[in-house]
Amino acid sequence: MTVKQALPRALAEGGETRPAQRKTPFLARLWRDAPLLLMVAPAAIVLLLFTYVPLLGSVIAFMDYVPFLGFTGSDWVGWDNFTALFSDPSFWTAVWNTVQITFLQLVLFFPVPILLAVLLNTVALPVAKRFVQSVIYLPHFLSWVIIVALFQQVLGGAGVINRFLITHGLSPFDVMSNPDTFKLLLTTQSIWKDAGWGTIIFLAAIAAIDPALYESSAMDGAGAWRRFWHVTLPGMRPIIVLMLILRLGDALTVGFEQILLQRDAVGPGAAEVLDTFVYYNGVVDGSWGTATAAGLLKGVVSLFLVLAANKIAHRFGEEGVYKR
Amino acid sequence: MSHPGRPVWLGKPKPVALALKALALVLISAVVIFPFLVVVSTSLATKQEIDANGGYVVWPTQISFDAYHQIFNGTQVARSIVISVGVTAVGTAFSLFCTVLAAYGLSRRGSLFQRGLLSFVLLTLLFGPGMIPVYLMVKQLGMLNTYWSLIIPGAVSAFNIVIVRGFIQGIPKELFDAARMDGAGEWRILWSVVLPLSKAVIAVVGLFLAVGYWNNYFSPLLYLNDTQMWPLQLVMRTFVLQNNVTSNAAAIPGYVAPPAQSVQMALVAIATLPILLVYPFLTKHMSKGMLTGAIKG
Repeated sequence: MTVKQALPRALAEGGETRPAQRKTPFLARLWRDAPLLLMVAPAAIVLLLFTYVPLLGSVIAFMDYVPFLGFTGSDWVGWDNFTALFSDPSFWTAVWNTVQITFLQLVLFFPVPILLAVLLNTVALPVAKRFVQSVIYLPHFLSWVIIVALFQQVLGGAGVINRFLITHGLSPFDVMSNPDTFKLLLTTQSIWKDAGWGTIIFLAAIAAIDPALYESSAMDGAGAWRRFWHVTLPGMRPIIVLMLILRLGDALTVGFEQILLQRDAVGPGAAEVLDTFVYYNGVVDGSWGTATAAGLLKGVVSLFLVLAANKIAHRFGEEGVYKR
Repeated sequence: MSHPGRPVWLGKPKPVALALKALALVLISAVVIFPFLVVVSTSLATKQEIDANGGYVVWPTQISFDAYHQIFNGTQVARSIVISVGVTAVGTAFSLFCTVLAAYGLSRRGSLFQRGLLSFVLLTLLFGPGMIPVYLMVKQLGMLNTYWSLIIPGAVSAFNIVIVRGFIQGIPKELFDAARMDGAGEWRILWSVVLPLSKAVIAVVGLFLAVGYWNNYFSPLLYLNDTQMWPLQLVMRTFVLQNNVTSNAAAIPGYVAPPAQSVQMALVAIATLPILLVYPFLTKHMSKGMLTGAIKG
């Protein structure tokens, strides 16, 4: 979530500067900075091999890629893979499921960390605040395998809730394998895992609000609700907008590991999303070209979404991810 | 009566509001803690008690460590734990090696190619390649079915480099000048000046990396065909989830009976334990370390 914010600042940071670089000849600079270049080399090589080269490798979206023939031997097929993709109903199922899940997350998940942060901020007792924080941050660090297992144990067919329903004469309801409620289940899991962790950034935003604003508004007779509405919320607005933009940029990324783990329980009709579509078509079925085409399409649309969201933010006078 | 963190102008808290707030906090904490309680209790419960209760136990009346004995005596789970520990240790070390070196190498403004290399690193924050091209690259390099496939492809994150680099740039310039006066080269400065001063941030980044390696289940699923090589998360998926979420497999004749509930829950508890062990350190440093790296403008 915080990943992309680092970008704009990193280029403008201070620190030690090499003096009078223009006057030093190139070879002298090379000799002087060779150790630094050597230090960057391992990371640069890893990024080159596993980010930049594969990025170029996305051209197989325009190929009838056959692993045996490789990049050089496979035939170019133009837009055929995309045509095949668009006429594949399971692709559209994946797109529709992805959009639905993103929408649910935006409506149900997004406000939770904001509300939690506001609630936590009003806790005056430091011990209580720290305890609740420690508890609600924890699930963020657990793997999806563990999270799904925990949900299985509580909400599954033989889980705590259903045992309770059965012993009290009510009909059991297995949400873990019900396609109709699957998307709500995913959202609930996401909230359980990451809503607490998400409060960190909003708590920081609240902490940055000048306490004098609260004090003077209280002097002017504003109650708790009006202080929230006229001081807290406006103070958090830039961060909320920023988070919304970042979320929009990830609109097509909806919990790949989480869904992959539970897809078999409810079937692809309810659970197939773009990322799992790419995985099953490419790695499992070997339709490398179509799968890469779907992945490439997703990447391009995501980039476009970030840029568009940022433009909208600028129009509303917010700073967004990068400056104009 | 005044609370330590409560400003005077707020006046006295209303009892009803206070009670509601306390109730909300207790409920929120309970929702997080309860599943863990069920897992640990079930893993420690006896078979009779689990059967009597229908598959889970909230508070065992009789403690039994049989499930843990079975796990550590069995081959596959015990081996997968060793594999996970190994991959986590080597992966974290390799990631930190690349990250810290690159962070220092990119920290000096005006050094040769610094801007270009920094952009090269930072651009990876904006877009990543799809799953398929990376998979084909790993295959091309002959890393399929090796542990390197779990370690190297995701070892370098621009975000981590930015965090460590930001920290290094906060070190007073005079320390570098003094070291250089004494004739120290870049490697010497990194070792004797930068590393000792950046211990905290390196520890935090290292812990986050370790948690990531420990929790990773998709890379092994993607890159390792040999089930003998599977780390804990994948074995746990097979034992705990696939016997449960898709329970129809158990009906097939000749199918090996799934492990008892307590063994499954013991597995979950074991996978959670390392996270719980490092968690106090994470909470202590993360707000400081992560916020200064990521949010402070």
